[in-house]
Amino acid sequence: MSSNADIYHEMIVDYSRNPVNYGEIEDHDVTFHDANPLCGDSIDIDMKIDDDKVTDIKFHGKGCAICMACSSVLTEITKGKSLEDVKNIEKNDVLSELGLEHLQAVRIKCALLSLKVLKSALYTYLAKHIESSEDVDKLKEEAANLY
Amino acid sequence: MQSTQSSFENLRKDFPILERTVRDNKHLVYLDNASTTQKPNQVIDAITDYYQNHNANIHRAVYALAEEATEAYESTRDKIANFVNIKDRQEIIFVRGTTEAINLVAYAWGRPHINEGDIIVTTEYEHHSNIVPWQLLTQEKHAKLEYIGMDDNGELILDDLDKHLATGKVKLVTFSLMSNVLGTITDAKKIIEKCKAAGVLTLIDGAQAVPHMKVDLEDLGCDFFAFSGHKMLGPTGIGVLWVKKPVLNTMSPFHGGGDMIREVHKYETTWNDLPYKFEAGTPNIADVVGLGAAIDYLSKIGMDSIREHEIELTKYAIEKLSDVKGLHIYGTKDVSKRGGVISFNFADVHPHDVAQIIDEEGIAVRSGHHCAQVLMERLNVAATSRASFYIYNTKEDIDVLVNSLNTVAKVFKL
Repeated sequence: MSSNADIYHEMIVDYSRNPVNYGEIEDHDVTFHDANPLCGDSIDIDMKIDDDKVTDIKFHGKGCAICMACSSVLTEITKGKSLEDVKNIEKNDVLSELGLEHLQAVRIKCALLSLKVLKSALYTYLAKHIESSEDVDKLKEEAANLY
Repeated sequence: MQSTQSSFENLRKDFPILERTVRDNKHLVYLDNASTTQKPNQVIDAITDYYQNHNANIHRAVYALAEEATEAYESTRDKIANFVNIKDRQEIIFVRGTTEAINLVAYAWGRPHINEGDIIVTTEYEHHSNIVPWQLLTQEKHAKLEYIGMDDNGELILDDLDKHLATGKVKLVTFSLMSNVLGTITDAKKIIEKCKAAGVLTLIDGAQAVPHMKVDLEDLGCDFFAFSGHKMLGPTGIGVLWVKKPVLNTMSPFHGGGDMIREVHKYETTWNDLPYKFEAGTPNIADVVGLGAAIDYLSKIGMDSIREHEIELTKYAIEKLSDVKGLHIYGTKDVSKRGGVISFNFADVHPHDVAQIIDEEGIAVRSGHHCAQVLMERLNVAATSRASFYIYNTKEDIDVLVNSLNTVAKVFKL
């Protein structure tokens, strides 16, 4: 029987118990914070960027198991990627990794908060480091309309 | 009606929604009453009857329907006066809910009376609706917002109030009669006594208290009192603000428009009598009628019986939940000092995950910050799970809740 509670499979629970890339980067090149106003989930992402590549990424904050698991997976996906590739990360890259493609609407914001923070961190970095404002605006819009 | 368990179980038949199943054919166990309550047929029927048989605008036309609508609307004002013991019906203003009531006070009383350097005092366990309007006002007026702190038992530290009052700058002390997160019942009389001695006005947010216990405004002696219909079996979108006449007379209008005026000329207007000065535009007539039916329903049971029933449920719930390993209940466990609102956290499992898993059993509890982020900060948690009871809840509902926590423990390997 498939039910909403089935989303709490082994991987989600494990990731939420032992999040990956959890913590702060003191000499980060960019940091961003955001929260979901209704549920109180709150995530910060710090990134170290060298030669247009994410050489290190860490997140910290408070959230439900879905939020923590997705943040872990997202940082794993992002680490080592070029900024161009980070730009192209999509919702499903995170959701499919955890079998959450059919997550109910009220929980989607838990799953995608960290992606929103990542995209926001990216445009914050790009805006500071000579990027066409068109690209920055596009990223800003993407972050704002993620869910 | 008797206050026995069986008479309360008997009234479940008045609530059609309690008949339905949710998710995988599970009986609905509705434990989110601090958020909003379900509606009995008596309330639903009153609203339907109003629209089917009496619908017209009030206070204006002279035809039969308009007279009936006005009578239905105004009779609720009298029911309210009787229900919470208000002597003067002109002091009762219909609003959308507690939030609008408090905003009305912040605007119509606060703007003419609050000046630079003045202090407004609220508490650490307020709902956002009793914090944000005061932040807006004090920021605009360069005034200050101060807090009465809360101890680890979930009770207010009244020494903080004394300190603030000693500054001589406090103009208003505002607090909820019952915390929407912890269920703590505020020692309102003591606060009001201290404020009166200092010549300071008091506002009470009664949204959580009025549905669950006998409230006597004459006896309390505050200056402003607000509550909502939908938390007491009534419809959404209707609430009450009560303001003591001498204070009400010093307030400027809130909304301008029809019904609140006496005479309108091109460049000046005179105001209608109280309370109509504060009820601009066509009001929410049908839901006022619905609120009247809710008050009739509650009065028939008796507020003291309701309080007794909820004390029994709360005692049982605290007992059962305390037996769950790893479960932490916030606030006092003394049921004489709290209402039927229980906030808890279960080991390190996030409340949203708890709520989602037990939703599969048909249980509706709230998870999150409950519009009380200042309190969450004070408790040093991001969120809690909250079960809150009302007249139709039973000990079996609590058993279902406690059992469902086993599933949570299993999933999260506690």
